[in-house]
Amino acid sequence: MSAPSVPVIAQTAGKGAARAAQRRRNKTNGGADRRPGWVTYVVLGVFILISAYPLYFTFLLSSSTSAEVAQNPVPSLIPGGEFLTNLQRVFDADIDLVRATGNSLIVAVITSLSVVFFSTLAGYSFSKLRFRGRGPLLVFVIATMAVPTQLGVVPLYIVMRELGLTGNLLAVILPAMVTAFGVFWMTQYLDSALPYELIEAARVDGASMFRTFWSVALPAARPAAAMLALFTFITSWTNFFWPSIVLGTQNPTLPVALKLLQAGFFQDLPLIMAGVVLSIIPLLLLFVVAGRQLVAGIMAGAVKG
Amino acid sequence: MATQTAPPRGAAPRSDDDRAPRKIGFGQTLGRWDVKVSPYLYISPFFLLFAVVGLFPLLYTGWVSLHEWSLIGGQGEFVGFDNFTFVLGQTFFWKALRNTLSIFLLSTVPQVIVALVIAAMLDANLRAKTFWRMGVLLPYVVAPVAVGLVFSQMFADGSGMINSLLGTIGIDPVGWHKDAFASHVAISTMVNFRWTGYNALILLAAMQAIPRDMYEAATLDGATRIRQFFSITVPMVRPTMIFVILTSTIGGLQIFDEPRMYDATGLGGSNGQWKTVTLYLYELGWNKQQLGRAAAVAWLLFLIIIVFALVNNWLTRRISSADDMSRSAKAARRETRRRSRDLARRVKQTSDAAVPAAAPIEVDPR
Repeated sequence: MSAPSVPVIAQTAGKGAARAAQRRRNKTNGGADRRPGWVTYVVLGVFILISAYPLYFTFLLSSSTSAEVAQNPVPSLIPGGEFLTNLQRVFDADIDLVRATGNSLIVAVITSLSVVFFSTLAGYSFSKLRFRGRGPLLVFVIATMAVPTQLGVVPLYIVMRELGLTGNLLAVILPAMVTAFGVFWMTQYLDSALPYELIEAARVDGASMFRTFWSVALPAARPAAAMLALFTFITSWTNFFWPSIVLGTQNPTLPVALKLLQAGFFQDLPLIMAGVVLSIIPLLLLFVVAGRQLVAGIMAGAVKG
Repeated sequence: MATQTAPPRGAAPRSDDDRAPRKIGFGQTLGRWDVKVSPYLYISPFFLLFAVVGLFPLLYTGWVSLHEWSLIGGQGEFVGFDNFTFVLGQTFFWKALRNTLSIFLLSTVPQVIVALVIAAMLDANLRAKTFWRMGVLLPYVVAPVAVGLVFSQMFADGSGMINSLLGTIGIDPVGWHKDAFASHVAISTMVNFRWTGYNALILLAAMQAIPRDMYEAATLDGATRIRQFFSITVPMVRPTMIFVILTSTIGGLQIFDEPRMYDATGLGGSNGQWKTVTLYLYELGWNKQQLGRAAAVAWLLFLIIIVFALVNNWLTRRISSADDMSRSAKAARRETRRRSRDLARRVKQTSDAAVPAAAPIEVDPR
């Protein structure tokens, strides 16, 4: 198999490939198709239990008292009754977790919307419009995915301070407004999902270029856009390095606040763990609601954020 | 789409034409511009943003690294490569580099292996497919910071959970924070916890694209499941594996969140046991307030990542070209055989026809 730079995933794991595999699978009824034995289920079950245990461990610790935590290094599997008390103590602590949650929400929502909008716009242009330099520019976009831009933090910090944005949520939002991955993802999707005829019809009806994008391309991009929003939201919610540098202690996002909580209350484990539970719940809810889409998105070729 | 073309503006209407000159409306000119400029306009946000927050900072890092530059006071005097010699002379830098590589290896190798096995199991014709797939993805929604907090507790030195469990099977407590290698194992465990299931799904997608007939043919030939895994599945998903390894290289060499959360101080342990390069960068810049030196570390790390990416690329090419070579060698042998057969036939024909044998130079393999 040849090894080109990026479309590897598209070749081996694209939508078409998966569909083809499904068809082949449905056609035959041979040996490769038989149900696996119980060993497979047991191994997978154990793997998932190990994956889930640290989450439950967090909840167990957050529902005990400090004394109980100190006594039992391996917590009993039945949660204690102190969870709400500990949660109350987190809220009473001088680290404002409610505000941090709000900040995280603001940053995650705005970046998701902005990434989806600008990526779809660029993806539409790359996949459906003709212009000079289209190919090389797209290659450039893909190449930037491999550039560790995180290493530019020092000048970025200097610039943000010059602009007076340290401690301001804008300093976290601005650099994340559009991503190379988002552009690539939407280009791939619109390439196959948006027929030229629709665009031409809109143009013939007298729609301007932007109107065509807004009324034809954007609605057609909805499924991929939803997945992109989902992944951007998670990446933003869990982002730590840059926010911890530029936001400081006054106006933290949730991960930054967790670090402050750890530094300030390192002897009070139940309190810290209650904070961790609080930070996990929103994404856990998202996972319950949209886990299917997450799985589908990753299998369609999502890349790590 | 740009079918309306306007005549040059200001072109004088011909005098013998009684009709009023056709007016090119402002709207039409605008429309033409719309068609021409829009594509560039739509892709410009990405390029602008990349230039401002990606490319410029990366290059400007080089400039900062050549100056004394304090967090509070700003730009100081030009010092040439002093920052680099300073950093390269620090034992902590080399320690951080070793730690980073150690954590990177401990988190990539086992992760890819386990992800392969899990993916192969998910690829079987399971009942309740979606449940299992979602199950392995669960850790992905936990922030690395939270993972770090929880695991630093599980791997506590004195009587943490892991040490207690080890104690029940008669193993002495491990100094998960005190001992350098043990701390690397603990931090790698955090990375593996979050990413194994995710990568398993990527590999699963690649596995689903493998034609099922291959497995059926192998089954008919009497190959066991294990043999099929090693002889069909692994070679077929190799491109995806390389992709997974590449992304985890770029991310893994910049690891920060997990080691930062591994203790309350967050600077990599009392003796830098788990100080990584990015953590060292952070410490220099925002703890010791020497942005110039931090920039030097950033540049060095950037070079290291490039070297790794190149080595990765080179290895990949070597592997794939080795394959190509054996394939093309086979093809060449086949070709030679056919040519010689062809030649023999032609020679026979020509000799049969009793025509003086013309040197069959233009042998067409078709």
